[in-house]
Amino acid sequence: MIELSAAAQQAIDDFQACKQWEQRARLLLQWGNRLDELPEAQRTSDNLVHGCETRVWLLLDRQTEPLRFQVASEARLLRGLLALLLLRIDGLTAEQITAVDAVEWFNQLGLSRQLSPSRSNGLNAVLNTMHELLQQPT
Amino acid sequence: MLLPSPWRQFFPGILALAEQQQVWLDSAATAQKPQVMIDTLSQYYQKGVANVHRAQHQPGERATRAFEEARSSIASWLQAGEQDQVIFTKGTTEGINLLSQALAHQLQAGDEILISAYEHHANLLPWQQLALSRGLKLKILPMDSAGHLDIDHAISQLSPRSRVLAVSTLSNVVGHQQSLERLLSAARDMGVWTVIDGAQAAVHQRPNLQQLDCDFFVCSAHKLYGPDGVGILFARERAVSALRHWQFGGEMVRECDYQHAEFLPAPLGFEPGTPSTANIVAFAATLDWLQRLDSSAIAQHEAALHQTLLKGLQTRGMQIIGAPNCALVSFNAPGIHHADLALLLGEQGIAVRAGHHCAMPLLKSLGLAGALRVSLAMYNDGDDIQRFLSALDQALEILQ
Repeated sequence: MIELSAAAQQAIDDFQACKQWEQRARLLLQWGNRLDELPEAQRTSDNLVHGCETRVWLLLDRQTEPLRFQVASEARLLRGLLALLLLRIDGLTAEQITAVDAVEWFNQLGLSRQLSPSRSNGLNAVLNTMHELLQQPT
Repeated sequence: MLLPSPWRQFFPGILALAEQQQVWLDSAATAQKPQVMIDTLSQYYQKGVANVHRAQHQPGERATRAFEEARSSIASWLQAGEQDQVIFTKGTTEGINLLSQALAHQLQAGDEILISAYEHHANLLPWQQLALSRGLKLKILPMDSAGHLDIDHAISQLSPRSRVLAVSTLSNVVGHQQSLERLLSAARDMGVWTVIDGAQAAVHQRPNLQQLDCDFFVCSAHKLYGPDGVGILFARERAVSALRHWQFGGEMVRECDYQHAEFLPAPLGFEPGTPSTANIVAFAATLDWLQRLDSSAIAQHEAALHQTLLKGLQTRGMQIIGAPNCALVSFNAPGIHHADLALLLGEQGIAVRAGHHCAMPLLKSLGLAGALRVSLAMYNDGDDIQRFLSALDQALEILQ
């Protein structure tokens, strides 16, 4: 179990404080707005995540220490989910990222349904691609 | 309540979903099942099972009789002629794959296959892959802005090299009913095999294959309130002999040596292996039940629901694809990604479909990444539409 950062713990508190789906949706949109998105020039077909009906681009920046993923999505709520995923792995090493239980993380946020296998929103595909990118030799 | 459905009570699935606070508006993907279908399925298994066509024992005879009676009753539902054949498949997709393989021997490099621009992948990919492997030309027939096939243009595209015309009578994206008589007759005059994909249309209007002058017709049971994993391929008498056997195995053989075999004619020659007997029997029972209902009352009810839905979307300024006039509406909210809208509708228990609807080339040609689709069936009522529209209002408020 990789410990949660203070910011991640705060996100859990914020989402758990939502009593209704409307509040959760609005909070998710706010998170989406905060996402520092991959620039247009890097939204190439090479960086496209396969298996999402909604287009998502994902890039692993290996120059930085610690590792940094950059993502972009056309859908605003998915952007929020991606921002929360990045929050969870922020500052972690490749090994630690691979060990993160994403299902548990979204469960804690009360967003576990967004990770169910029938979802075509792409969160699962993004996770798989992240793991693949981390395994690729530098 | 406005627009109650007198048939809703016969569908335990729709009632169960309602208890789970789910509004089922995805019947174009698959339909809920009537009690009679569930009962027939369960009774069939409870009586003890056997293979069809093989054994001399009594259970085998009973299974075979039930199976062949189901075939006759489905043929009469289709209003097929005496000598026309009904072949059982796994569904529309398999039916079209069967045709693309079984007709392949009739096609030479340079020959043409014609399909419409609005086809589901199931009526595109089998032909596309055949064309690629055999050097054939796949011609795409355009639709007008309403979503109707441009019939004059389609007829002008028929040439002496045309071999197969495969079109759907109701697009799963546009929901616009097609009148294909002129095209089918022109194709027939040119000696072109005609294939009708009835997957979407059959549940909203009982096919009449005396009137619809195609060579082949395919549809799926599961969209027709029937069980999963069953489809029908109708082959008209004049066209049956054009089909060459395509899958091989038990039950379809007349004579077999190690190095050589002879096969049965249709239908059995095209049904290798053990068929989905229980499901086929349950499907026939479903169609019998449907036939006894007042079909014009059902059509009126569905049309009234469709009007309410369409008006609700239009007054909210939604961008509607084409001019849908049957069963479903696909749309986008201006400036909002369909996935966002779909997610928030899902949060509110509204089961609609979002995405490319297995018609990627169509969506691309319309310049859309995707769309939402609301689709209706006989068990939907005015409340379902109202719940959808208020959920849409809520979602739009959050996203705008």
